[in-house]
Amino acid sequence: MDLSQINPLLLLASLMVAATPILLAAIGEAVVEKAGVLNLGVEGMMITGAVVGFAIGVNTGSPAMGFVAAAVAGAALSMLFGVLVLYLMSNQVATGLGLTLFGLGLSSLIGKPYEGMKAPSMAKWDIPLLSDIPVLGPILFRHDPMVYVSLIIVTATWYVLTRTRAGLILRGVGENHDAAHALGYKVVRVRLMAIAFGGACAGLGGAYVSLVRVPQWVEGMTAGAGWIALAIVVFASWRPWRVLLGAYLFGGITVLQLNLQAAGAAIPVEILAMSPYVVTILVLVVISLRGQHGAPGSLGRIFHATH
Amino acid sequence: MIHLEKRPQPSRFWAGFTPILAVIATMIAGGIMFWMLGKDPLEAIRTIFWDPLFHETFGPYSRPQLLVKAAPLILIAIGLSLGFRAGIWNIGAEGQYIMGAICGAGVGLAFYPSDSILIFPAMVLAGAIGGWAWAMIPGLLKVKFGTNEILVSLMLVYVAENLLASVSQGLLQNPEGMGFPGSRNFRDFPAAYNTEIIGGTGMHWGVAAAFIAVIFAYVLLTRHMLGFQVRLTGQAPRAARFAGVNPTRLILFCLGTSGALAGLAGLFEVSGPAGQVTIDFNSGYGFTAIIVAFLGRLHPIGILLAGLLMALTYIGGELAQLMLGLPGAAIQMFQGMLMFFLLAMDVLSHYRIRFNKNATA
Repeated sequence: MDLSQINPLLLLASLMVAATPILLAAIGEAVVEKAGVLNLGVEGMMITGAVVGFAIGVNTGSPAMGFVAAAVAGAALSMLFGVLVLYLMSNQVATGLGLTLFGLGLSSLIGKPYEGMKAPSMAKWDIPLLSDIPVLGPILFRHDPMVYVSLIIVTATWYVLTRTRAGLILRGVGENHDAAHALGYKVVRVRLMAIAFGGACAGLGGAYVSLVRVPQWVEGMTAGAGWIALAIVVFASWRPWRVLLGAYLFGGITVLQLNLQAAGAAIPVEILAMSPYVVTILVLVVISLRGQHGAPGSLGRIFHATH
Repeated sequence: MIHLEKRPQPSRFWAGFTPILAVIATMIAGGIMFWMLGKDPLEAIRTIFWDPLFHETFGPYSRPQLLVKAAPLILIAIGLSLGFRAGIWNIGAEGQYIMGAICGAGVGLAFYPSDSILIFPAMVLAGAIGGWAWAMIPGLLKVKFGTNEILVSLMLVYVAENLLASVSQGLLQNPEGMGFPGSRNFRDFPAAYNTEIIGGTGMHWGVAAAFIAVIFAYVLLTRHMLGFQVRLTGQAPRAARFAGVNPTRLILFCLGTSGALAGLAGLFEVSGPAGQVTIDFNSGYGFTAIIVAFLGRLHPIGILLAGLLMALTYIGGELAQLMLGLPGAAIQMFQGMLMFFLLAMDVLSHYRIRFNKNATA
């Protein structure tokens, strides 16, 4: 094995790229869960976003259009979940699982004609001046626009959740939906909007995998990223900045194991390939040792207004 | 203005009737989907649901396949339904299925080319233990540390898939296979082959195990204390605690049983219909079984019927692929739709729809 092949600068730069899909999906899911809804369909919305983003990206030749379409597709799919859970009061765990199974089928149906095609390339944004800073420049400031968009979304989410009235209402709905309802807040409407936001973010995350990270369409290509995003929300105790930390830590592990594979490490490929999932389990164990701090009070509970 | 009124008790009529309604709704929605794909909807529905059973030329071939495909689905779904009833969500059955297959096949292959009659029973035991042990990981983590079993069991699916890739190109690879990935074929190893009990019916040992599991689950749920505790925990967790239900025991029992049954399903599949350990011998039964469990209303008899129906969509789907050029993924989507319609219509069994004129309520 030749560890000197691994360039730490490239490693750190690709960490941000590897983490972005999970970051997008996780920040969306954090908002959904803050509103008191557990959507286990993240994987299904991501893979649908991936295929729709790719298809539109290829057909229009514009990755930007692909991302917009992916966000719309993710949000549309999440509305299916929202209607079932909020209006027909179905079990959230079962419905989320159903959404994932449905999304996987839908995506492979849409994606068949696009297998083996190449995604339109996305120009990188070399931020002037900043990208010329030695060391930090290549790591932080020479990425595609979506990396920055994801960071803006995290910042905006943090700001809205903790600094605005809308965020307070959303958190109130998530902590105690009966009290929020008694105060006159529209529980169902708030939750529906949160679910749509979560779906759009998951769609963007999926499209990032198919348009930038890989970049082509392969069936089942999100490979559990949506589930890892769910784990990161727990890891982050439902706080936006910790979601960022969790996603980047996770991106780091993914990139490191890929680099070790490429460098021909003495560890079997399969062991390296399973490491992100094993690490996720270990992290979940460590988090649960600490106790479940910060879980919204009404998470996963059915809201049924009698008055 | 329409509003929903919670029923004091779930309606028994609707509980039985919604799955049928959901199947009909899925056929209609599926027909529209097939039409959009440019196929004749009626012909597609007939090819999927009718031809595999009653077509003159295909029927004799596909009827035995019905049991072959239904057996793993029923076995896994029976196990999952116990946990789902009690609010314990094992969604990693696919991983336990793979581990059962690896362990069971490993035991069998270790004794190649012996012809002892003990080999197959030993493989069955090893398969069950493999699945059980894999499910014990989320189980123990949940009871010791309170770790979320949904995420852990699912992560372990990906770990198991990587292990499968590893052993089929290494430990269990056929030494006479000229370097091709995959183990020896169990068809050439009679003592370890999961043969048909009655020739030509598709009735292999796994099918027998599935029927036994259905009966056991039925007796457990209706006649045994543990089954009562499972149902009580699902319906009224607080009451269950006051009644002295031991949650630790219940979690380990539900996860362990579902793991063992999934492991058995994997072993029967790999030593019979699949024939060998390959990278992709698993075909997603562990996930489809989740739909089967819900379609069967988490009830053993319901699961038996749901498993047969789902097996029919698999076989019919293959037939439709062959005859009409329908994409294989369309069937996967069809199954997903079924789950959605089922969950959507569940509202009818828990709530009453009221049309009231005074909007002041």
